[in-house]
Amino acid sequence: MSHHKISVTVNGSTSDDEVESRLLLVHYLREVRGLTGTHVGCDTSNCGACTVMLDGRTVKSCSVLAVAADGADVLTIEGLAADGEMSPVQQGFQQCHGLQCGYCTPGMVMAATGLLLENPDPDEDEVREGIEGNLCRCTGYSMIVDSVRWAAEHGGAGDVAARHTAH
Amino acid sequence: MGSMVGAAVIRKEDPALLTGRGTFVDDIRLPGTVHMVYVRSYLAHARIVSIDVSEAAAKPGVLGVWTNADLEGLPPNRSVPGMERPCLARDKVRFVGEPVAVVVAADRYAAADAAEAVLVEYEELPVMASVEAATAEGAVPILDGLESNIVLEHVLSATDAEAELAAAPHRLAIHLKNQRCAAVPMEPTVCLADWQASGLTLWATTQTPHHSRNELAAMFGLSQQEVRVVAPDVGGGFGAKASCYPEFILTSELSRRLRRPVKYVETRSENMTSMVHGRAQDHEVEVGFDDDGALLALRVKITQDCGGWPDATGIGLPTLTSFMAGGCYKIPVIAPSFRSVVTNTTPVGAYRGAGRPEASFMIERVVDHVAAELGLDPLDVRRRNFVQPGEMPFATQFEGIVYDEGDFPGALAKLLESIDYDALRADRDARRDDPAKPLLGIGFSTFVEMGGFGPTPLFEQFGYVGGWESANIRLNTDGSAVVKVGTSPHGQGHQTAFAQIVADELSIPFERISLVHGDTAMVQEGIGTMGSRGAPVGGSAVFKAAGKVRDKAMKIAAHMLEADESDLELVDGRFSVKGAPDQGVSMAEVAVRSFKPHLLPDGFDLGLNETAYFEPSNLSYPSGAHCCVVEIDRDTGFVKVARYIAVDDCGTVINPLMATGQIHGGVAQGIAQALIEEVRYGDDGQPASGTLVDYTLPSAMDLPRYETDHIVTKTSFNPLGAKGLGESGATAAPQAVVNAVVDALSHLGVRDVEMPCTPQKVWRILAQKAS
Ligand code: FES
Ligand code: FES
Repeated sequence: MSHHKISVTVNGSTSDDEVESRLLLVHYLREVRGLTGTHVGCDTSNCGACTVMLDGRTVKSCSVLAVAADGADVLTIEGLAADGEMSPVQQGFQQCHGLQCGYCTPGMVMAATGLLLENPDPDEDEVREGIEGNLCRCTGYSMIVDSVRWAAEHGGAGDVAARHTAH
Repeated sequence: MGSMVGAAVIRKEDPALLTGRGTFVDDIRLPGTVHMVYVRSYLAHARIVSIDVSEAAAKPGVLGVWTNADLEGLPPNRSVPGMERPCLARDKVRFVGEPVAVVVAADRYAAADAAEAVLVEYEELPVMASVEAATAEGAVPILDGLESNIVLEHVLSATDAEAELAAAPHRLAIHLKNQRCAAVPMEPTVCLADWQASGLTLWATTQTPHHSRNELAAMFGLSQQEVRVVAPDVGGGFGAKASCYPEFILTSELSRRLRRPVKYVETRSENMTSMVHGRAQDHEVEVGFDDDGALLALRVKITQDCGGWPDATGIGLPTLTSFMAGGCYKIPVIAPSFRSVVTNTTPVGAYRGAGRPEASFMIERVVDHVAAELGLDPLDVRRRNFVQPGEMPFATQFEGIVYDEGDFPGALAKLLESIDYDALRADRDARRDDPAKPLLGIGFSTFVEMGGFGPTPLFEQFGYVGGWESANIRLNTDGSAVVKVGTSPHGQGHQTAFAQIVADELSIPFERISLVHGDTAMVQEGIGTMGSRGAPVGGSAVFKAAGKVRDKAMKIAAHMLEADESDLELVDGRFSVKGAPDQGVSMAEVAVRSFKPHLLPDGFDLGLNETAYFEPSNLSYPSGAHCCVVEIDRDTGFVKVARYIAVDDCGTVINPLMATGQIHGGVAQGIAQALIEEVRYGDDGQPASGTLVDYTLPSAMDLPRYETDHIVTKTSFNPLGAKGLGESGATAAPQAVVNAVVDALSHLGVRDVEMPCTPQKVWRILAQKAS
């Protein structure tokens, strides 16, 4: 198995690592960078539990090789609460009970953040479409939709875009 | 009760989970951890001729490879005596996905590589992937030492009701199928075992840490104090994480052998064949009724597909189905019986509702069949047969199964306030003649189920030590409180709900109450979270423990204030003499005093630290009325849930926000069962739904916005009056949806559509009727 040197910025901090070429980005984040907030829920790219932002766009980090993220800027759930204050999306999920077990939640929050970056004021159908690639087995989605709508009305994606272009 | 119980408080759990700071089992890092990966059978039924591990064992990073033969003396998983499943297949494999060997390597990728290199030679055996095949003439027994594949048969009534059925003015035979479903918690099974000289610690995705501890201790011959099971954050369970899995035993044993922590992380594809499935029942029903739709007799023969090995929990499910066969109706005679059949498929266990959704689906479909047969409105048939509120407590014909409180007609009346039934019916009829519009159907489900599991005599039958739950509350010297409970939440929000109860009882601010759960080393005895028992049983234990703390604190306060206890009240965190609020002491002052022996009455026990066990006097019976409105696309057969309205009676609602969430989640799973989900096998036992590509879970696009409401009749079986509601949605929804689908197609002479009502199935019916 060949190894590669990669340099990836995650939540504003850059690190150089040598990784197997087949290592998935999600495992790189969890095992190499120790960021266990990003979860794995499937092996077929269906569930979205692993959703992160890669250079400002949401991706399923189980479908990206770590080597493909060389030189990239990754934002994970751990990096969303700038200065310890939860982002509007995170707050929305708490206010509207958009989570139960919390396993899908990091991916769902990242997907919702990505949606609000593209469309700051999505209606219910647009929210549902926007999070279609993220599965939740607990909530039945209604309260997730409410959470995203709440966020749209309380600051949207927050300062994510601004922080991303800063690098 | 004070102001917190009943308030829509946002959850204490959320900040950690929302910022990536939750701790799920796979997030736990122990130095030196090695990884276990299974070699699983790709055949459904075969004799193992040989296993060659040499190539795998030689791979880089591999610490070892083990087969059943290498684990001599390792006890099997617990189940029905004589049907215990070995952790790794011995001689034979019985379903696709059954583990044959394990590899342990330094990292997960290396272990997976090595697992691929294990060579297993099989001799194929005849596959019986369905009940029909497993019970056919000449079918060979799948389990050794048995004569047939029927592993359990039980008749639950003294009569077969034949006389009553024969005497009834009308008699209808109905076949109903409750298809096999998969629970699919978003977090699959994960465990991490660390066997030290002092004993075994297992972090596991389980709903029942104490029960798992007891099982592991018994299996390994350890004393229970040497075993610690921890369920940290758990990513959903839905009953399927109440079973003990071979990986819990194997990682423990291999950690003992390797003297290193051993972790196992299931992939989703493994999960689809490895975690217990649910439902998988067939019902042969006969119902007798009169011209007015009064139900006179019901006979139901249940066939439970158990899968390749009877699961310790799964084996009891048809008993619960039988008990609930009558639903919320007075039926003079009910004759249930069941047989449980072993097949070459994944074992079947608990899945949200576990036995009761099957009963509710059956009786609610039967009522609609009766209405169709008589040309009556399905609601009129329901109303004619309801157990009335004045008839509570209502003893069913099954011993101990007593509905204590409920208002079935009241729930339906409340439901009808939110829908214009006449207008919907008119719309439905009008659309039938308008090919441009989708068909519309209206379906109802008036249901009752079991919640608040115990009591102990019932729960013992599932292998648990009891049906009670425990709570300990300790006050710190600053007046803050730590609560320890024996329930093990995995999404239910116990941190929040139980803090609400304590806040009210002890007048301690909600923010100053924390909860410890899911760790057998930290928490006194416990049973776990399943069977809608969190609030009614766990919450009642918390309530009871709080009462004990309050009583003791009151004594101390009385001593401090030199007043009589009966003259004191606890308001806003202060004990004071009634009518003289300025003379008082705070809870924190009382807590400090509780540690000053020289300032307490002689012989007074120090501290405010009380434990309570709560045993419910019976099961509780959550009930309600749900309505589903569907639209069916005439060209594609696609069923869209246009509206879903739920009125639930779970007794006391502790937190309306979380109660609504529980209903939503359960209804979502019920709708998905009705329309989308089914675990399917080919005749060769190959799963046709082995990944999330083939086993489609509903996304946000597939599910509606739910309309929810409550009526409240409090159960008398626990001091909170809470009945539980985790399983109500999943119990109520499938038949509401299917009844709506059938209603939409009824003008075509359709009486039944089997779940899941997929577009293909519905389109085929439409096409057939059109030709
Ligand atoms: S883990 Fe399921 S999509 Fe990535
Ligand atoms: S909150 Fe449990 S899977 Fe979404």
